[in-house]
Amino acid sequence: MTPCRVNVKRWQAEMIHSLFVINHLGDIFLEKHWKSVISRSVCDYFFEAREKAVDPENVPPVLQTPHHYLISIYRGKLFFLSVIQTEVPPLFVIEFLHRVADTFQDYFGECSESVISDNVVIVYELLEEMLDNGFPLATESNVLKEMIRPPNILRSVVNTLTGGSNVGETLPQGQLSNIPWRRAGVKYTNNEAYFDVTEEIDAIVDKSGTTVSAEIQGVIEACVKLSGMPDLTMSFMNPRLLDDVSFHPCVRFRRWESERVLSFIPPDGNFTLMTYHISSQNLVAIPVYVKQSISFFEAGSCGRLDITIGPKQTMGKTVEDLKVTVHMPKAVLNANLTASQGNYTYDFTTKLLVWDIGKLNPQKLPNLRGSLSMQTGVPNPEENPSLNIDLKIQQLAISGLKVSRLDMYGETYKPFKGVKYVTKAGKFQVRT
Amino acid sequence: MSASSAFNDEKGGSSSVGEPEYGHDPASGGIFSSDYKRHDDLKEMLDSNKDSLKLEAMKRIVAMIARGKNASDLFPAVVKNVACKNIEVKKLVYVYLVRYAEEQQDLALLSISTFQRGLKDPNQLIRASALRVLSSIRVTIIVPIMMLAIKEAASDMSPYVRKTAAHAIPKLYSLDPEQKDQLIEVIEKLLADKTTLVAGSVVMAFEEVCPERIDLIHKNYRKLCNLLIDVEEWGQVVIINMLTRYARTQFLNPNINESLLEEGGSGDKTFYGSDEDEDEDEEEKEKKAEAAAMAKRKPYVMDPDHRLLLRNTKPLLQSRNAAVVMAVAQLYFHLAPKAEVGVIAKALVRLLRSHSEVQYVVLQNVATMSIKRRGMFEPYLKSFYIRSTDPTQIKVLKLEVLTNLANETNISTILREFQTYIKSMDKDFVAATIQAIGRCATNISEVRDTCLNGLVQLLSNRDELVVAESVVVIKKLLQMQPEKHSDIIKHMAKLTDNIQVPMARASILWLIGEYCEHVPKIAPDVLRKMAKSFTNEEDIVKLQIINLAAKLYLTNSKQTKLLTQYVLNLAKYDQNYDIRDRARFIRQLIVPTEKSGALSKYAKKLFLALKPAPVLESPFKDRDHFQLGSLSHLLNAKAGGYQELPDWPEAAPDPSVRNVEVKESVFTLLERVTTLTSVPEWTKCSSREKRKEKKVEKPFYTDSEGESGPTESADSESDSASGSESSSGSEESGSGSESEESKEASESEEEEEEEEEEQKKKKKKDLKKPVQESESEQSSEEEERKHQRKSKPRKSESESESDEDEESESESSQSESEDSESEAEVKKKKKTAESKPPPKPLKKESKKEKKEMSLLDLDDFEPAPSPQVTPVNTFLSNSLVTDLEGLSLSDSVLSPATIAPSSALKSYELLHRITGEGLSVEYCFSRQPFSPDANMVAVQMQFTNSASSDTKNLHIEDVKLQSGMRVKEFPEIELLPAGETATAVMGIDFCDSTQAANFQLCTHTRKFFVSIQPPVGELMRPVFLTENEFKKEQGQLMGMNEITEKLTLDVKCRNEHAIVQRVTTAANLSRVPCGSDKECSPPVPPPDYPVHRFAGRTVTSGSLVLVTVATKEEGAAQLTVNCEKMVIGTMLVKDILQALTQ
Repeated sequence: MTPCRVNVKRWQAEMIHSLFVINHLGDIFLEKHWKSVISRSVCDYFFEAREKAVDPENVPPVLQTPHHYLISIYRGKLFFLSVIQTEVPPLFVIEFLHRVADTFQDYFGECSESVISDNVVIVYELLEEMLDNGFPLATESNVLKEMIRPPNILRSVVNTLTGGSNVGETLPQGQLSNIPWRRAGVKYTNNEAYFDVTEEIDAIVDKSGTTVSAEIQGVIEACVKLSGMPDLTMSFMNPRLLDDVSFHPCVRFRRWESERVLSFIPPDGNFTLMTYHISSQNLVAIPVYVKQSISFFEAGSCGRLDITIGPKQTMGKTVEDLKVTVHMPKAVLNANLTASQGNYTYDFTTKLLVWDIGKLNPQKLPNLRGSLSMQTGVPNPEENPSLNIDLKIQQLAISGLKVSRLDMYGETYKPFKGVKYVTKAGKFQVRT
Repeated sequence: MSASSAFNDEKGGSSSVGEPEYGHDPASGGIFSSDYKRHDDLKEMLDSNKDSLKLEAMKRIVAMIARGKNASDLFPAVVKNVACKNIEVKKLVYVYLVRYAEEQQDLALLSISTFQRGLKDPNQLIRASALRVLSSIRVTIIVPIMMLAIKEAASDMSPYVRKTAAHAIPKLYSLDPEQKDQLIEVIEKLLADKTTLVAGSVVMAFEEVCPERIDLIHKNYRKLCNLLIDVEEWGQVVIINMLTRYARTQFLNPNINESLLEEGGSGDKTFYGSDEDEDEDEEEKEKKAEAAAMAKRKPYVMDPDHRLLLRNTKPLLQSRNAAVVMAVAQLYFHLAPKAEVGVIAKALVRLLRSHSEVQYVVLQNVATMSIKRRGMFEPYLKSFYIRSTDPTQIKVLKLEVLTNLANETNISTILREFQTYIKSMDKDFVAATIQAIGRCATNISEVRDTCLNGLVQLLSNRDELVVAESVVVIKKLLQMQPEKHSDIIKHMAKLTDNIQVPMARASILWLIGEYCEHVPKIAPDVLRKMAKSFTNEEDIVKLQIINLAAKLYLTNSKQTKLLTQYVLNLAKYDQNYDIRDRARFIRQLIVPTEKSGALSKYAKKLFLALKPAPVLESPFKDRDHFQLGSLSHLLNAKAGGYQELPDWPEAAPDPSVRNVEVKESVFTLLERVTTLTSVPEWTKCSSREKRKEKKVEKPFYTDSEGESGPTESADSESDSASGSESSSGSEESGSGSESEESKEASESEEEEEEEEEEQKKKKKKDLKKPVQESESEQSSEEEERKHQRKSKPRKSESESESDEDEESESESSQSESEDSESEAEVKKKKKTAESKPPPKPLKKESKKEKKEMSLLDLDDFEPAPSPQVTPVNTFLSNSLVTDLEGLSLSDSVLSPATIAPSSALKSYELLHRITGEGLSVEYCFSRQPFSPDANMVAVQMQFTNSASSDTKNLHIEDVKLQSGMRVKEFPEIELLPAGETATAVMGIDFCDSTQAANFQLCTHTRKFFVSIQPPVGELMRPVFLTENEFKKEQGQLMGMNEITEKLTLDVKCRNEHAIVQRVTTAANLSRVPCGSDKECSPPVPPPDYPVHRFAGRTVTSGSLVLVTVATKEEGAAQLTVNCEKMVIGTMLVKDILQALTQ
């Protein structure tokens, strides 16, 4: 026998060979092989890299071992580690792994070790359907849900009594149709379509308050519960705002190109209709300004902190859920501060100062000030920590994007339609 | 295999000892603690009659498998249940079977018959699932059965089963490579499949079984291109990657042209020189010579199939799937003409918001791309700025990209960013930043000193890592430019007094020693100081002092002999043995004694060897020889199974291999439409299909037309394609009809309305067409060329069509009466167009002509918000208007309607005389409404031929635009005799952005890449408002839409006339009469400090632009711009500010 030679040839044909799910302690608690079994020991290379990278986010997503390649993602404190043997676009695998995690999230409400262990059979069935011989097969959640029903308490009770199963009796038609994202025969008594326009501001603000870079990332999440085969058209007041867009496969791209309207047959239920990007080339409104001074004194090993937040360009809306997070330098032992509004906490171990402000009152600007006690004998930190801001503004899309109308064709009933806008801070960072 | 499974057993066994396995499993109560007992129990359950017990058992077994425990001993018990009625039990049995069949081949055979039965099931889904499991069982004995099953399934009625067959092919191939030939037959058959469902899977099979058989793709190439958008996302990735490789073998390098242009004649030679060596038959050579000649005349013509691929993949940049976006990006990077690659940047930058793993991969690829095509990512520089919360590996990659993007213009911003990064708490990242600074310094000589100084300052950093890194980088920089050594080394020598960090001191000493010849005076002095403090230094510093002493002794023994002796003596009695050893060794080596051996002769060579300058270059350099987006590229090493991206062929292989019989495609079209009409999506498909047909047909006809035919048609093809992907030529008409179709299908209620509208459209089309045609005919009257005339009217026709569409859209909101008005308008236009003089003296009479145009298009030009805009105003000659401009007294209502300072038109250079080889082109924004399309900005171009020969066929090609932008080309200038000047007007819809419109200006011999970028002030047109209206509108554009700046007016610009003049020159706005002040506003501004108001609307979207200049005492003023478009507002403020202050 010349196993080596043969094996090399034999294994030429797959994309994703095996999948291991690993918890934050480094235990492999789930493994699935789509082809011949690959020993767990292959993960040792990964553990080595995991050890080297202090933070889990710092583990390189692609690792090379003598015989395999390991591509991993980190989601919800779990590593999804796939074993690859041949050339494959890394993003292909990464995107697929995220799709797996998304599916778990979708099925079980969260993507954690306990949930996966509790539903190991469903997980296995899902993985079996999602990947055939290492090539993605069914990744649309609508298709999967027809094949494997998500668990719910009532059904699991009934199943245990009757021996019934959570596997669909028929295979889904969606797989066969040209619109795999929608199943046939959807029926609702209340037909409704809701769209949430959420915009996140990614910004870097300088010490002096000038905006170094600012971008808006927008997403339109939809919850569509419409009977039959509705064909929707959504148009915007100002579609030219949208700098760069990506769509759910259901959106007809040509219509967008020629008319700047979104025309689509929606999937049933929740889905992301589109995401868009308004780049730094456009002017981005920054809703709040931050006045801060953080200083560490050489003598007395203490520091001073003073942060004030005020409204800048809020378009007359209220800023809510305002929160400031500061990663303090290691030398900061404790914080003795007073907040004019909201509460602050300082976690000694993670060096995380969190100031939860809540609503921003333009009349009385929230302020946090006080002293920081420092470890003695340690040189002062050179860099002041940067502030991460969280906020939310209801009923406003900061880019000014507005949905002008939503029309439905193909069905005769009158659906209830709603659009909600919200602006949030994304990666909003103030350098100090 | 067996070894690994044995290992598995071991591991499974050992970890399960004594552990209550199923304690975690809620389904089992954790009763069973022993392996054997448990398995017995499971067997019992599997043997029972009750499905629920079987299911329970199977669930536990699957849970075991999932945890990596060995459950192989249950095989016989499990396999019995393969035919179980319960579908879930069955599925779980399949899972088990696939997992263990390989280990228990004989027993696995028991199950085969069940699957064989399944393959004959009337239900397509059961057939598919049977094939899936059968092909997943890796048992060699059943290879013939699998082969048979796959062959049968490949011709199954159901596309789903065919898809499964495609999936089964690589499985069988991996099991038995001997089957390759037979499998290729199946692949060939499936490649011809016309459903999107199969396409992705079969290409995947193709890639894994026979990627070298590129010939199988020919016939299916166009189909794959056209189906691509409807294939599921994973299939798209595979197809795009495969087509990238295919295109590299079949088409010519689209950038040949450029390399020829760049390298001039020599490039030509080298390119074609290589194939002369090869022996070829004469025909072949002739062809090549012809090709070369063609390349000279019309250097490069893109194969329409190449264009098809680029066009059909582009929309996928909008995919939600990062892998698809990346696949398209690499396709464009490897296949598209340089000028078109830019489109991918935006999409890649978008991916940077995704998960950090995606970011990681994308950044790697961006890093590689940004070396080759820096310009592509430059506009997105800020998107690569680093946040303190980014993971280190992302930070480092972003840093890499920033470094690659650095150039003379942006280096200051980048260095400022780096300044921030250096203070980061993440020291690895700081080190990377210092290296990046070093690279910037080597690449951009302007900032070298700044960087060096910055780095020298870093030497006093408290963190050793930072210091070490800076020293390393400084050292590298110094090694690169020896002439500058002395200054910096002197500077560093001075630092020794202050810097206390041992590492830094040591490094400085090394540098001084290394370059002691450049600082002959300072070096001994440093040594003197060091000798003094020797005993107090850290060990590493001591070692470097010895080093320095040795080097000085060798070069300058006169001055340093004693010092060296002293230092060595001190070292001799040091506490550290390493230092003692070093001292002894060096003494032996450098101080000549009788005992010293041959080595001391070489002491100088040993110590003062020339150290090679380290190379500071990107680790991503040349990584693009790997296909981007691939694993091999990421690892920078060839991964197993990687298919090399072939080099472009030197001559394109016969393109006719891709021709498909037309009949066939019609047939399939019919089939598809009839079977699947219920879904509107299909109408789209069918129209796409139709379009495809058109394309399929084309080469047929052109081939028969003879030699010059193909180039011509290919040209127009690529023209219309790049014209703006969606809005020109046949493409547009296709999508137009498509949308109409789908509308018709779905909106039964609105059909009537539509019909009406359509009729109107037709009417107007009929009216308008003659105008366009007569125009184009006129332009081509001078020199009649048959083929050109043929193509011309076609083009203009389609354009008028698309214009029509736009108009009807905007008009739908307008009233009926207006419609009829515009019709009248069109008639008028027709008349004047007919009476227009022939186009030759275009330039000389342009003024008059323009005026006429503006008169005619009054309606288009301004939707007339106020009744006061009387056509009379536009009759005023420009000079009169400018005259009146100064006189705009408080009571004049007449004057300010449109002040267009045409006298002060600024012209910009489009093509310089030298680069244009004698042809120079200037353009200016004529500020006249562009008659064919009111949404376009008129650009007046003046061509001057200062060469000695005539220039012919001046026209525009290959227009590259940001999405949404449109261009109306000027009619081709047939002949521009030497020394003559001609003028033409083109229209550009800039979409209210200052993005440049890029295109190629073509003459009969050459192509020039040029771009027109409008100043923001040209993106608007004047609009008349009364002061009241102005204030009302202004009131609605407060808050974010208002931008205010304080300024001090230039001394020369303090009177009203000057202010008005300057503002209107900077922007195409009209003055708002200020006479009506009293009637509306209570706070009357003091008459000494008047307020000037200007109004306009942006050309494309018609958003109001309101400008207020409020003067105050002593030249102080306040400038306010209100505009819904904030970008335009801010830019306008800048421009006006500049106009008023200088």
